[in-house]
Amino acid sequence: MIHTENLTRKFRDLVAVDSLTLDVAEGEVFGFLGPNGAGKTTTVRMLTALIAPTSGTATVAGYRLGAEDGRIRRAVGILTEVPGLYDNLSAEENLRIYASLYEVPDPATQVQKYLRLLGLWERRSDPAATFSKGMKQKLAIARAVLHEPRVLFLDEPTASLDPEAAQVVHQFISGLRRAGRTILLCTHNLDEADRLCDRVAVFKTRLLAMDTPARLRTEFFGRRVVFHLREAPTSLALEVSKLPFVRDAQAIENKLVVALDNPEEANPQLVRFLVARGVDVLFVGELRRSLQEVYLQLVKAA
Amino acid sequence: MNKIRTIIAKEWAEVFQNRMVVFSVIFMPLMFAGLPLLMLYTMRGSTGMADSAGIPSSLLRGCAEGLTVAECMQVYFVTQFMMLFMLTPLIVPVNIAAYSIAGEKTTRSLEPLLATPITTAELLAGKNLAAVIPAVLATWLSFALFGLGARLLVGNAKVLTALLDPMWWLAILVVGPLLSVLSTNFALMVSSRVNDPRVAEQLSALIMLPLLVLFFGQIAGFIYLNTRLMLVLAVAMVAVDALMVLLATQVFQREAILTRWK
Repeated sequence: MIHTENLTRKFRDLVAVDSLTLDVAEGEVFGFLGPNGAGKTTTVRMLTALIAPTSGTATVAGYRLGAEDGRIRRAVGILTEVPGLYDNLSAEENLRIYASLYEVPDPATQVQKYLRLLGLWERRSDPAATFSKGMKQKLAIARAVLHEPRVLFLDEPTASLDPEAAQVVHQFISGLRRAGRTILLCTHNLDEADRLCDRVAVFKTRLLAMDTPARLRTEFFGRRVVFHLREAPTSLALEVSKLPFVRDAQAIENKLVVALDNPEEANPQLVRFLVARGVDVLFVGELRRSLQEVYLQLVKAA
Repeated sequence: MNKIRTIIAKEWAEVFQNRMVVFSVIFMPLMFAGLPLLMLYTMRGSTGMADSAGIPSSLLRGCAEGLTVAECMQVYFVTQFMMLFMLTPLIVPVNIAAYSIAGEKTTRSLEPLLATPITTAELLAGKNLAAVIPAVLATWLSFALFGLGARLLVGNAKVLTALLDPMWWLAILVVGPLLSVLSTNFALMVSSRVNDPRVAEQLSALIMLPLLVLFFGQIAGFIYLNTRLMLVLAVAMVAVDALMVLLATQVFQREAILTRWK
């Protein structure tokens, strides 16, 4: 649904986006992660035909960037970093303007549908200026999806929202995902990316890594299993690390942290080994590294 | 056309919340209609000058046949104030159009707007019409009000004909709208280049300078307004307007507007 090939954007001598090549499949929620000034917004602006790339090519929803910009704009929806609403106009008026600009066939029904979905129907006649930050963000999201775009670009959809409002937005994005909408989600919230995205790209002017959150974690930290024991003998970690299917083992207090390539196969053998050594295994769990740790490692290295 | 209508409706819903715009569209034209009427009222029945001795030739040059010197004076002074009618089509668009782009930059509403399938031509046409229509209507209504008032105040049909001569019809019906287009596109150009709507408004107000030169030139007797000059002005304005529309379209660069604002 989105394909870019060496997409580059320079602002005079400053390279904002350097040779970005990526593919986002139809129905995929793709997380675009990076620090401030990494070029995320510039990338979104290029892919929504707001600014032109300096070099490289891209297609969005099957349309070529630069040659079919009007069609791209019709096929995509964008939630900009700042809601950018018409504060003096009501929520309904704000949406009706965009319904008309996108030539939505039945604007009244569509406006009502999204105002209800995002919990703004009761406040539809109030000026946007009277809305809280969360409500403004929800209204801006409604504006972005009003014309049922095939590709949705969401730039920091939950930035500065309280947890309750963020949850509503998360649920809404999950709903769009279930409906098979392709979404490119720019976010600083790595927990959000971890939960919502099928794949993520870590980006800082250039692409640093791209994969599913789980695979990125494995790639960077391997898979680790933690065995909670009643008591851990001092030599246990050394003995375990010598087992052929174990990559590494560390004892931390009464816990044994073991790096494994294939925990599903190795865990039963390890439990048998520990029991045979007279060690009581209280419970076993996977030690999950957060996406944040992967992100920080990548960004620091860049 | 639908998109242009949407932009016009959106602009009006936004700008008419601004008191300055409301003032310039309603009260200013009323004031401009009232001033020459007041002048007409105060000079009504004046017979202070029985002959033309000592009257500047510039004043008598435009005197219609069959008018007394006093009536000529009346027509002359009232006509000076009628230049104010030409200020409305210049001031109203400045207030509306200056806010138009710079205001949207401030509220960050321009980016989602530019992300829609609207073309630059449609957007600028919408913004142009949103500023030109109220300016032209306000000018025409204020002139109509003046005409009505003059009819009630002036008993002599010759004086009334001299006041509402073809030059003024040409000025109000043709030059006025052309001035509005000029002012709007100048304000749009400035608005595209600056980030603060107030700065845009102040800079755009510079468009009034040529008219003020005309106004004071006329009062000082350097410039004598007549139908011929107004016709020349109208033709020149068509060319200037075409140039301004072209320039405003050139200056409005989606990309520069998005990436250069702070």
